[in-house]
Amino acid sequence: MTMTVHVDIVSAEKEIFSGLAEMIFAPAELGELGITPRHAPLITRLNPGEVRVKVSSTESYPFFISGGLLEIQPNVVTILADTAIRAKDIDEAAAIEAKVRAEEILADKNSRIDYASAEKQLHQAIMQLRTLERFRKRGG
Amino acid sequence: MAVGKEIRTKIGSIKNTQKITRAMEMVAASKMRKTKERMLATRPYSQKIGKIIKHLAHANPEYKHSFLVKRDVKRIGIIVVSSDRGLCGGLNSNLFRKVLGQLIQWEKAGVEVDVCTIGTKAYGFFTGLNKTTVIGHTAKLGDSPHLNDIIGVIKVMLDAYYSGQIDELHAISNEFVNTMTQRPTIEQLLPIVAHELDEQLSSRHWDYIYEPDAKEVLDHLLTRYIESIVYQGLVENNACEQAARMVAMKSASDNAGNLIKELQLIYNKARQAAITQEISEIVAGAAAV
Repeated sequence: MTMTVHVDIVSAEKEIFSGLAEMIFAPAELGELGITPRHAPLITRLNPGEVRVKVSSTESYPFFISGGLLEIQPNVVTILADTAIRAKDIDEAAAIEAKVRAEEILADKNSRIDYASAEKQLHQAIMQLRTLERFRKRGG
Repeated sequence: MAVGKEIRTKIGSIKNTQKITRAMEMVAASKMRKTKERMLATRPYSQKIGKIIKHLAHANPEYKHSFLVKRDVKRIGIIVVSSDRGLCGGLNSNLFRKVLGQLIQWEKAGVEVDVCTIGTKAYGFFTGLNKTTVIGHTAKLGDSPHLNDIIGVIKVMLDAYYSGQIDELHAISNEFVNTMTQRPTIEQLLPIVAHELDEQLSSRHWDYIYEPDAKEVLDHLLTRYIESIVYQGLVENNACEQAARMVAMKSASDNAGNLIKELQLIYNKARQAAITQEISEIVAGAAAV
């Protein structure tokens, strides 16, 4: 019997996932984290990207989050996502559209919009697409 | 026959009022379902972040964030969440009564109070009160408020706390118990109080690993925490408002029904009396002839 840790993923709108897992992968601010049971207590912010919850050696659930917070206690892992979507629910068309729009805004040097927010949007769209791509590759 | 004309018009006008209250009851019922769903959907987040904060209060951080440090209380900030509209029973007045009781206690202790209000009713109440200063206000957020709408109000309070203008921050709103019961609650937000833990944390000296560093992460986390609590209070207050309105309008419709019944009885009696009188007049007239 392998060791497991309880994982809760919640977004501001709803509870996304709650259950036991063998390992969790999360895009922390200082790089990707792989969390196994009995990890030392840790708090960090998360970048937009893919959170993967490995429930067993054959089964794992991917989620897209747009940033948030991660708390680790030895037997509980909590992810507070700003927004979270199950990878298979990512709307590919919407993500591509968002990416194109953000790129257009960035390319238009004359416009007076806020570059930081456009760049952030672009980054989010790219991460969404990447999550989806990886999910498909694994044959989801 | 012109008997009881006033009574008839009165019955008519009460019937119209009853129609309105009944319609409002039904609107409130459907709105309540929606606001309740929203409230339940956002609960997990605020519960989870509350749990993290509890853990944090029991950790022994090297970096002492000002939100975790107790100060001498000279001035208190409160954020009061009320509804925008009336006709919702005693919802707002119960809340304000609770606040007043608390204010009197604080006044006795020589503590001054700054208020931020969310909702028109609270603004009206606290501007009319000369015990407190209103330093922030927002209203008309609708049935599906967005977190962005209340960030301004919260920031006013947090800035006041950072600068030492206030030494404690409380949030006051209605808690949704069930459709019939709404409970006004006062919750201390700052400084964060270490509640009893439900689960066992190791009792030895421990602290989190913070990435990238304690200050940044804690700033972010604690601000989020305050925002989520106030937001949850707002969403819950919305559900309370609809539930209270539904109940109030239901009892108003019932009362109107009773009133109509009574008036109808009086009207019938008056009509009967008039007819009897007329007959006896005719009979008396016939007898005289």
